Order: sequence, then C-alpha cells, then structure tokens
Amino acid sequence: MSGLVGMLTARRGRLARDWTDWASLAYLLLGVLVMFLPVLWLFASSLKSDQALNAFPPTFLPWEPAQVAVPGQPGHLPLMQVTAGPLAGRRLAELRHIGLMAQMLDPARPGRVLPIPVRDLRPVLRLHASWSNFTDLVRRFNFFGYFWNSVLITTLATLITLLINSMAAFALSKYRFAGRDAVFALMLATLMVPPTIVLVPNFLIAARLDLVNSIWGVIWPGVATPTGVFLLRQYMLTIPDDLIEAARMDNASEWRIYWRIVLPLSAPALAVLAIFSVMWRWNDFLWPMVVLNRSSVFTLPLALFSFQGDLQTQWHYLLAMTVLTLLPVTVIFLFLQRSITQGIASAGVK
Amino acid sequence: MTAPAPGQALRRALGAAFGGAMNLLEAPMRLAQAKLRGGRIGWVFVVPNLSVFGLFTFLPILIDLVYAATGGNQLFPAQRPYVGTANFRALLACRNYLDPNTCTRDLFWHGVYNTAEFVVLQVGFMVGLSLVTALALNRPGRGRGFFRAVFFYPVLLSPVVVALIWKWVLQRYGVLNALLSALGLAPHDWLLNATTAFFWSVFVSIWAHMGFYTLILLAGLQAIPRDVYEAAAMDATPPWRRFRRITLPLLMPSLLVVLVLALIRAVQIFDEVYVLTGGGPGTSTTFLVQFIYQTGFAQQVREYGMAAAASLLLAGVLMALTVLQLRLARPKS
Repeated sequence: MSGLVGMLTARRGRLARDWTDWASLAYLLLGVLVMFLPVLWLFASSLKSDQALNAFPPTFLPWEPAQVAVPGQPGHLPLMQVTAGPLAGRRLAELRHIGLMAQMLDPARPGRVLPIPVRDLRPVLRLHASWSNFTDLVRRFNFFGYFWNSVLITTLATLITLLINSMAAFALSKYRFAGRDAVFALMLATLMVPPTIVLVPNFLIAARLDLVNSIWGVIWPGVATPTGVFLLRQYMLTIPDDLIEAARMDNASEWRIYWRIVLPLSAPALAVLAIFSVMWRWNDFLWPMVVLNRSSVFTLPLALFSFQGDLQTQWHYLLAMTVLTLLPVTVIFLFLQRSITQGIASAGVK
Repeated sequence: MTAPAPGQALRRALGAAFGGAMNLLEAPMRLAQAKLRGGRIGWVFVVPNLSVFGLFTFLPILIDLVYAATGGNQLFPAQRPYVGTANFRALLACRNYLDPNTCTRDLFWHGVYNTAEFVVLQVGFMVGLSLVTALALNRPGRGRGFFRAVFFYPVLLSPVVVALIWKWVLQRYGVLNALLSALGLAPHDWLLNATTAFFWSVFVSIWAHMGFYTLILLAGLQAIPRDVYEAAAMDATPPWRRFRRITLPLLMPSLLVVLVLALIRAVQIFDEVYVLTGGGPGTSTTFLVQFIYQTGFAQQVREYGMAAAASLLLAGVLMALTVLQLRLARPKS
C-alpha cells in the first residue's frame, strides 16, 4: 500500500515528497501574505477618498456612499436604502434628518417628502476610485520635479560609478606598477568607512565645494565604492591577458583596450554593479537629507518624508505619493526580476 | 528591412554618444601613455577613483578627528576652539553605566542600549528567517521564481516607502487593528507604546531586508552538490538529520558572511525606523545613527564635535565587524 502511495506521489528526477514539502509550501504562502499584503493594502487605500480612509473598520475596495441628483434640489443628496417599514427595499434620497426622523425624497417623484425613521435607513455604497488623489498630487505639488531629481541623481551617479570604478578595476587587474597593491589595500580599507560615520566632515567638504543643495553634492561622495572596484577587479582577472596583448600588437592604445575590449567583456559584472548603484541611489535617504535642505532639489524619498510631516492629516495624498514613488521600482522589477535576483545572488557582497 | 524598434534606436543613439565621449579621451590618454612607460599608465586609470576616495572618505576621517577634538558650533574647523578629549568624556560620563538616565548625554546611551538590543533581535531573527525561507525556496517545483521575487521585492523599496506602508497598516484605525477587532481582540496604538514600537521597528526592518540575505543563502544552498543529497536519500536519512549533517555544514561559509553583513547593517539602523517612529515614543526607538544625525544636523544648536566623537566610536565597532567580514570572506586556500 505504502509502495503504491509512494509511486503515485513520486516525481521524476527528485526525491519523494514528504512532509517537509507541505511545510515549506505553507510557509511560503504565509510569507507571501506578510510580504505582499501590506503593499497591496497601500495600493487599494491610495484609491480611496479622504472620507473613505477614515471609515473603521476599513474595507479593501474603495466603497463610497452613493449620491444622487434630485430635480428641484441643489447639488447631490445621499442615497439611502430603506430596510424596514412599508417602503422597505426602496432607494430614496435623504433631504435632511431631524432627530430620529429623516425626510426622504423619491428621486423619480420628488414632489412628496416621505418621513422615515433614521434606524430604517442604510447608506447605499458604490465603488468609486478617487483618481483625483493622484491628479491633485501632480497638479498641486511638484511631484515631477522630485521624480526628475531622483532620476537625474540615480542615472548620473550610476554612470560615473561604473566609469571610474571600472577604470580603477582595469588598472588593478591588468597592470603592474609600483604602489598597485597599496592602492588596492587602501580601497578595500574604505569598506570600513560607511557614509554614516563621515556625515559631519562630508557636510563640511560639500559646503566648501559649494555642493550643498546641489544634486552633485548627493552624487559625488558615493561614486567610488570599494564594493564596485572589488567586484569588477575580480571579474576582470578572469579576462585572458592574451586578448590585451593581441590588441597591443595591433597598436591599440591602452585607453582603447580598456573601453573596446575589457569593458564589453565585463558586461555581466558591470550589470550587477549598475543594479546595486541604482538601488542605493534611488533609496538613499540620510545623506541627501543632510546635504539637501531646499525643497526644489529634494529627491522622492526626501519629498515623501517632508510630506508626511506636513500632510499628517491628509493620508489620501500621502498614500498616493507613496504609490507613485514605489511604482517605477516595481515596474522595473517586474521586467528584470530574474536578472536582478540572479545578479545579486552571484555577487554575494554588500 | 523593418525599421529598428524605438528601444533599439535609443540604444544605438546612447551607444554612439558614449562612444564619442570615450573617443574624445583617446588623444590625452595616448599622450599620457607616451610619457608613462611600462605599467605606470595604470596610475592614470586609478586617479579618478582615488581622488573621490581621498576627498570623501580618507580626508573626512581626519576631519572627524579634528571635529571630535574641538568644541563650539562653528562649521569651519579654523573657528573651532580646541577642547581635547572633552567631547568623548562628555559622551562617556555616566554615574551608572547600566542606567542611561544617569549619563551626561543620556540620549547617546539610550541610543547605545537600543542599538545593542536591536542588533541582537533583528540580526538573530532575520538570519533565522532568511535561512528558513532559503530552505523552503530551494526545492524544485512550480512557482519558485514567484516566491523568490515576492520575498525580495521589499529590498528594492525606499526605506521611507517601507516606513509609510507600515505606518498606514499600524495606525490607530488601520487594517491591523480592524483585523484584531474582527477577531474580538483589543486594538492598540502600536507606535505610541515603547514596547510595541520597538517590536515593530525590528519587524519592519526584518521585513524590508530579509529578502536580500535569503537570496545569498539560496545561492549558497544551490552550490551544494546534488549527489550528496542523493546519497543521503539512498540511506533513507530523515530530513532533520539531512539538514544537520549535510546542509548546515556546507552552508556555513555563506551563513557567516550573511551574519556579519547583517550585523554591519543593523548597527547603522536609521532610515526606516526614523520615518516610522521618529525615535519615539520618548527615546524608545532612538538609535546611535539618529543620535549622530540629531546632534549634528537636526538640533537648534548643531554640535558637530559631539556628533563626530560619536561617529568615531561607531566607527570602532564597525571596523571590528569589517575585519571579521574580511577574515570570513577570504577563501580558504
């Protein structure tokens, strides 16, 4: 009997299923809930009006009290469902309520006012996505300005990082010169100096170079990363020197050898460093907060942070802005998921 | 015969711009090459990187020392009076080291103790959970790529976004309290109580970072040769023993690297917790880096010297951890 079960559940090319498979599946499903539901909740909430956000208990979808236009009445009136009494089941517009009695109008025949006890009424709800949260944000606040600052800083910083780190890695892996090992050791030593401990001096240097409130003040301090040099150097060591010798025979300059031969061959390592750099830059918070204090140069995380101080009571804007901030990252991740996760796993550093 | 797709055209244009820029550097580099014989041209390639390192990493360490030894609130060192070790003495002055309230700079000591507690809890639970997740992901089967992506996704989010997501979930009328009410349990002001605020700081930072460590451990697991497991299956080794005798020892190098990386990161905890709780209620979630930031940049009177002194103390801890990392990362040859 057990042989039969084993035959039925066994799969090709692997060990038989046991309880650990079920346990791990259950764990992963639970993990998906914890990891992803909060984000989903944010997305759903960002579509609610200010009023719907204050409802407790909250609903997942943006249910709003329905309103109806009644001929002869200014504006819109709330639509109510009658739950008891002779008119049970009818949908009426509420004109006003006095004490426990409400004065209701039938939108089809608005001539007669119907008195109905408030306890027999329930508001009619309908689904209504408040896209205005997003459009207001773009119209009333400088969202695209912050977005542009973030894009500019991320792009420029990543390009410079790739360029100067690959140059250094090229020299450290392909030349022998006096002091090379000392230079490499010095760069590795900077692993021990994360930005958090040079906050004050770097602010002084940025002030001296007139980089405060400039995007270059955010970009420069982090472009030379020991992680990047190390990663690229290790990769370039695997490129055979014969290729370089052959190019020298053809009278290629050293610069040409670097960017025409070594750089293209290092593409996989460069891609990994690019992913890291974009991640660091897009999400950077503490240093930009120190060096940028004028809101026109704010990056998205800084703008979001200052918003949550200013708009504490306006969660509908805050949530919409949070969604817009995480959207670009999410879209990129959807497309490049496989290469991002594999690249990071292969680097295994930092 | 078809026109190139817009993406391709853009790529070609970027490639041409990049190639042009690189060609411009050709002439000066040839000149340098003619002057510098042998491998010494290497210096030219190293110089840009080294100058940035020098300006924003090495020089700052020296300036940190200058700040730490001077007082007052001027930014430019020339205008700051020399005070010797007064900043360090002020930071370290305590009547009773177990009680931060008896210290001259009690916020610093609250930061130290909170950070220590945070590091132990966050790193312990996070590495444990990452290991469990990596083990669960390391099985053939459908949907593995999906699960891996879901666990990794928060790593990409900005700490401000992470904090706001959870602030929204945890607020008084938020979804967590709604779920608790539905189950008949009492709702809480999660971020207004010292104990729960600390718990959620740990939780949220684990939520945000564990995907990264899971990925490294998963790569480590996948590097274990399959035939070892097949041999174990031949002998009908039970799962637990398979884990204890095969997986754990072979994964140990990756596990140690992950542990030290997580420690280095945890000691510097700031971003997401600062946005989530602002360091409060009171000082219950104020960590070391927040002390440095607040003392140096957010106070009415900026105490650069005190901030630099605290930075140097933090640097000592980080240096020890990094030496440990380099020891562990070095392949055994």
